[in-house]
Amino acid sequence: MIEVQHISKTFQVSRRNAGFSEAFKALFHRQYECIKALDDISFQIEDGEMVGYIGPNGAGKSSTIKVLSGILTPDQGTCSINGRIPWKERIAHVNEIGVVFGQRSQLWWDVPVIDSFELLRDIYRIPKNRYNNNLEELVTLLNLKELIRTPARQLSLGQRMRCEIAASLLHSPKILFLDEPTIGLDAVSKIAVRDFILEQNRKHKTTVILTTHDMQDIETLTKRIILIGKGKILMDGSLEHIRKRFSNNKKLTVEHNGKRINPCDGMALCSSSNQIATFEIDLNKLSVSDAISHINKQVEVNDISVESSSIDEVVSNLYHQYQI
Amino acid sequence: MGQELNGIFRYQKYISFFRIRFVAGLQYKAAALAGIVTQFVWGALELLMFRAFYEAYPAAFPMTREALSSYIWLQQALLALFMTWFLENDIFNTITEGGIAYELCRPADLYDMWFFRSMANRLSKAVLRSFPILIFASFLPMPYGMRLPVNLTAGFWFFITVILGFLVVVAFCMLVYIATFFTFSPVGVRMVAISVVEFFSGAVIPLPFLPDGFRQFVEILPFASMQNVPLRIYSGDINGLEIYARAGLQLFWLIVLVGLGKWLTAVALKRVVVQGG
Repeated sequence: MIEVQHISKTFQVSRRNAGFSEAFKALFHRQYECIKALDDISFQIEDGEMVGYIGPNGAGKSSTIKVLSGILTPDQGTCSINGRIPWKERIAHVNEIGVVFGQRSQLWWDVPVIDSFELLRDIYRIPKNRYNNNLEELVTLLNLKELIRTPARQLSLGQRMRCEIAASLLHSPKILFLDEPTIGLDAVSKIAVRDFILEQNRKHKTTVILTTHDMQDIETLTKRIILIGKGKILMDGSLEHIRKRFSNNKKLTVEHNGKRINPCDGMALCSSSNQIATFEIDLNKLSVSDAISHINKQVEVNDISVESSSIDEVVSNLYHQYQI
Repeated sequence: MGQELNGIFRYQKYISFFRIRFVAGLQYKAAALAGIVTQFVWGALELLMFRAFYEAYPAAFPMTREALSSYIWLQQALLALFMTWFLENDIFNTITEGGIAYELCRPADLYDMWFFRSMANRLSKAVLRSFPILIFASFLPMPYGMRLPVNLTAGFWFFITVILGFLVVVAFCMLVYIATFFTFSPVGVRMVAISVVEFFSGAVIPLPFLPDGFRQFVEILPFASMQNVPLRIYSGDINGLEIYARAGLQLFWLIVLVGLGKWLTAVALKRVVVQGG
C-alpha cells in the first residue's frame, strides 16, 4: 500500500533574460526563483490498483514518481510504501519496485540487451529460476526474442521501450512506476505495451502508477485518475466520475434526406453539409432519445451515430476549468 | 539487515560490472589496438628523452637506467589502471543529464556501485592492452627493455602496491565524479584535477627527478601513492623497510579518500536534483 501525506518539494531555478549583458550580470549575481514542484500532496493507493497520474507539463508528475521511488528527498511530509519510507530505506525499497522513465534509458548502450538484463539479475540478486521464468514470460509477451540479442543503440525507440519495460520487471516488483512509457511510440507498439501492462496487473496483481499525456493510455489502463497541477492535487476519482462531471454532453451525427434540421433547446448544431449534420447535446437539458425523436419529426434519417466526447476533450476541459 | 548478513555475496552484483564492462570493452577492438600503438610510441619517446638527459650529465641521474626503462614500460602498459584522466564520461553524463534517476533505483550503494564500475572499466582496458606492450618491451635490448623484478620480494610487493595504488586512483576519481553533483559541469574540476595529479603522481616525470626538498613534500601527497610506489618497487628504486612505509601510506590515503567520497556522496544525495525532468 502506498500512503503519501502532505509531501512538498521546492526546487531552485536560476533564471535570467536572454542576451550577453544579462549573461554577464548573472556571472556575478545569479537570481534564483523557488519553484514549488510539489505542494502538500496526499493520496493513498491500494495494492493491485492501476492509477493514472495526469497533469500538464511541469505539474509535478515526475517529481512525485521520483519521491515515491526514493530518488528525491521531499522537504516536508511523509510517505510510506509497504511500510517503508522510500528515501530513508532506499535500498530495501527499490528491491520491490520497478521504474520506467520513458525519456531515459537503463540499458547499456553498446552491448546486447541480454547483457544488461544479466547485469540487472545480479544487481537485484534474482534467483536463477525466477530470472529464467520472468525472462521467458517477458520475451514472449513483449515479443523480444530477436531484440535482446541486439545492442541497445541499434534498436528503434519502440523496440527499446519494450526492452526497458522488460528490464524494469525482471525482479518481479510489486509496484511499477511508469513515467510516460508510451512517449514516442507508434500505434502498434503502444497497444502492445498497454496490453502487456494490463496483463501484468491481472496476473501478478502489480500496483501500477502511470504518468502520461496519452489519454488512450489512461482510458485503457486505469480506472482511477489523480490530477495534479502546479504541484497540487486537484482531483482524485474514477474516470467515469470525471467524464460525467466535466463533459456532460454527447455528439450526434445524422445522415438524412431532408433539407435542414432546426435544433431544439439543449441541442446545438456543430456542422451541416450534404445532408450530414452534427449536433452537440447537453444531457442536462435533453436526453439522447428525445433529441433523436425531435430530428425524426423533421427529416427522414438514414443513419445516426452517438459519441461521447473524447477523453482528450474531457482532460482539456479539466485543465481549463482548473486554470492550469 | 539481510544485506549485511549475506556477507561476501552482496558483492556479486558489483562483480557483474566487470563482466559487462569487459564485454563492452571487447566491442572496441580498434580502440584497443590504437591505444597499444600510442602507448608504445609514447614510451619510446620518453626513453629517448631520458637518454639525452643521461648523456648530458650521468652523475645527476637519480635512478639507474634499467630501473627507469622498467618504470616507463610498466607505466605505459598499466596506463589504464593509473591515469587519472581515464575518467568515465558515462558517469559524468549520468549526473549532468539526469540518468542518475535510474542509478538510484538500484538496490546498491551508489558509491560502491560507481567504484566497482570504475575499477571494472580500468581493469578491462588494462587487461586488453597491457600484455602486448609488456611482451614487446621485454624483447628490447638493455638498457631500453623491460626486465623481471629485481627479486621475489620486490615482485610480491609490486603486486600488493599495484592494487593499492589502483584503488587510490579510483578513489580519487570518485571525488572528481562526486564534485559534479555540486558544480553541475565536470569540465573545471576535471581539468584542475587531471593536471595536478599528472604532475604530482609521477606520470610526467618519475618523482625521483624532482628537486630535493620539494620531492619529500610531494611524496607524502596522495598522488604519490598511485603509480609512483609500485613502479619504483618493481625496479628496486624503493626497497627494504621503505616498502612498508610506502605501502602503509597508500593504505592511509585509500581510507581517507574513500571515507571522504562516501561522506560527500551522502551529502550530495540529500540534495540531488534530477536534471532534465
